[in-house]
Amino acid sequence: MQFDFIDGLFVLMLATFIGLDVIRRVSRLLHTPLMSLTNAISAIAVVGAILLAGEQESRLSTVLGAVAVFASTTNIVSGFLITDRMLKMFKRREQAPPASSGQMR
Amino acid sequence: MIDQLIQLVYLVATALFIFSLKWMSDPSTARRGVFAGVGGMALAIVGTLLHPLIIGYSWIVVPLVLGALVGIPLSWVPLTAVPQRTALSHAFGGLAAGLVGTAKYYLWAEHGDLTTFRMGAIALEVILGYLTCTGSLVAAGKLQEVIPTRPIMYRGQNIINFALLAAAVVIGFLLMIDPSHTYLFPALIVLALAFGVLLVLPIGGADMPTVISLLNSYAGLAAVAMGFVMENKLLITAGALDGASGLILSIVMCKAMNRSFTNVLFGAFGQVQAAGGQVEQRTAKSATAEDAAQLLENASTVVIIPGYGMAVSQAQHRVHDLYEQLAKRGIDVKFAIHPVAGRMPGHMNVLLAEAEIPYDRLVEMDDINPEMPRTDVALVIGANDVVNPAARLDKNSPIFGMPIIDADKARVVLAIKRSMNPGFAGIENELYFADNTLMLFGDAKGVIGEIVKNLSGQTGGH
Repeated sequence: MQFDFIDGLFVLMLATFIGLDVIRRVSRLLHTPLMSLTNAISAIAVVGAILLAGEQESRLSTVLGAVAVFASTTNIVSGFLITDRMLKMFKRREQAPPASSGQMR
Repeated sequence: MIDQLIQLVYLVATALFIFSLKWMSDPSTARRGVFAGVGGMALAIVGTLLHPLIIGYSWIVVPLVLGALVGIPLSWVPLTAVPQRTALSHAFGGLAAGLVGTAKYYLWAEHGDLTTFRMGAIALEVILGYLTCTGSLVAAGKLQEVIPTRPIMYRGQNIINFALLAAAVVIGFLLMIDPSHTYLFPALIVLALAFGVLLVLPIGGADMPTVISLLNSYAGLAAVAMGFVMENKLLITAGALDGASGLILSIVMCKAMNRSFTNVLFGAFGQVQAAGGQVEQRTAKSATAEDAAQLLENASTVVIIPGYGMAVSQAQHRVHDLYEQLAKRGIDVKFAIHPVAGRMPGHMNVLLAEAEIPYDRLVEMDDINPEMPRTDVALVIGANDVVNPAARLDKNSPIFGMPIIDADKARVVLAIKRSMNPGFAGIENELYFADNTLMLFGDAKGVIGEIVKNLSGQTGGH
């Protein structure tokens, strides 16, 4: 598929504006999970890495690609899992059972 | 035909990523955001695997499985260690971008396919990728305290840093003009790696929230550059979303410290303060846990202000016990969260959520400050600079102008601190010497445990 540099710039500009607008609305409570979530999303680099490792054009590119697949997958898996783990902890008062662990030492 | 199908799959993945971030706007929809993100990523990977140029899958599947095996335990880290984990994953992200750029360079150089544009994109990707990688590793080392968290300084530091970056950019341009100088490419890599290390070394622990955000942004930009190298719009979009997120978080952090990017990166905060801090012998009033328990019990409004010290001593669960004790008595307890409290954006919120504090009790700085004069007791737990009134009053203070939580305006201030030593930044805190302040010396976890013991003892029928 034909890729045009200028098209790419348009995509970049529009995505940046959408990103700025969407992120600005993210609750400040969730800034830590936001960062681990965007971490996982930016591991989309896995796409480029998979192509390199799969096309096997040269030994160097295959090995570098495979290492990059490993590094990105680590980010994808740990990023999504830890984000979900953190988000599960955010509870409103109504949901928290009262005096569940009142006398814990 | 298959190409178009792949592009359509990428399009859906892009939409899912945008939804993923959109749903993060509220804690009630945020988990849906994670599912959208996972869905987008799964589509992106499956779509890529369909690519007709892929001739073998073993070099893909093995690292995919290994990455998952390493990733799963990495997600189990204690929440106090989340800043380190985040920095480490920025390093992985940067590394992946750098490696892909390197591989593409040698492939294209061999076939003579390096156009000026491709070379420019590769240079950008490689510089950003490798500097993010080593910079984040240093940040992770500092957060884990493997590397000293104090700013590491030497003479001419900024000049050396600028020179390194400038040299990398010049090499990038030289390669764009004539990509056949393959011997220059390793130099580009080394310069970027070195620059990353030197950029983060002089930055102190208290500035980590900004640095982590900035590195987050760089990791996103590296993915964007990779998108131009790989001619892939999905990479450009996802990278831009990440870059925008890091940028916004960096701006929030800088504003919360009343400092500029350049000041954080090249200002060497610790240095200025060491010079500014005059040591003067004064005495602060101290109190026992019993006094504190009594004060808290008789209050009707309590604001708890947590800082990095709470994370260090893992006191969040004791804080929860204290919250329960006070809430049980009908006392209005709120938590005041400064944007830069802790070591990364939102650090305190996550720790308190882990300790099952309902999130509607967590109040942002700007919303809590008008309430501070009506507050009976402000309890400062391991926070220092973010409650230092010098930021409002003392024009000579290095933190003058930084927005703070007005703990000093409460009727009584209880401050838990290990010792009277000035905090990380080395600035005296006026708050500790104020007439309405009582110091509780000791480890946060221990002191709060004592207070809770006193409170629960009384309800037990003394």
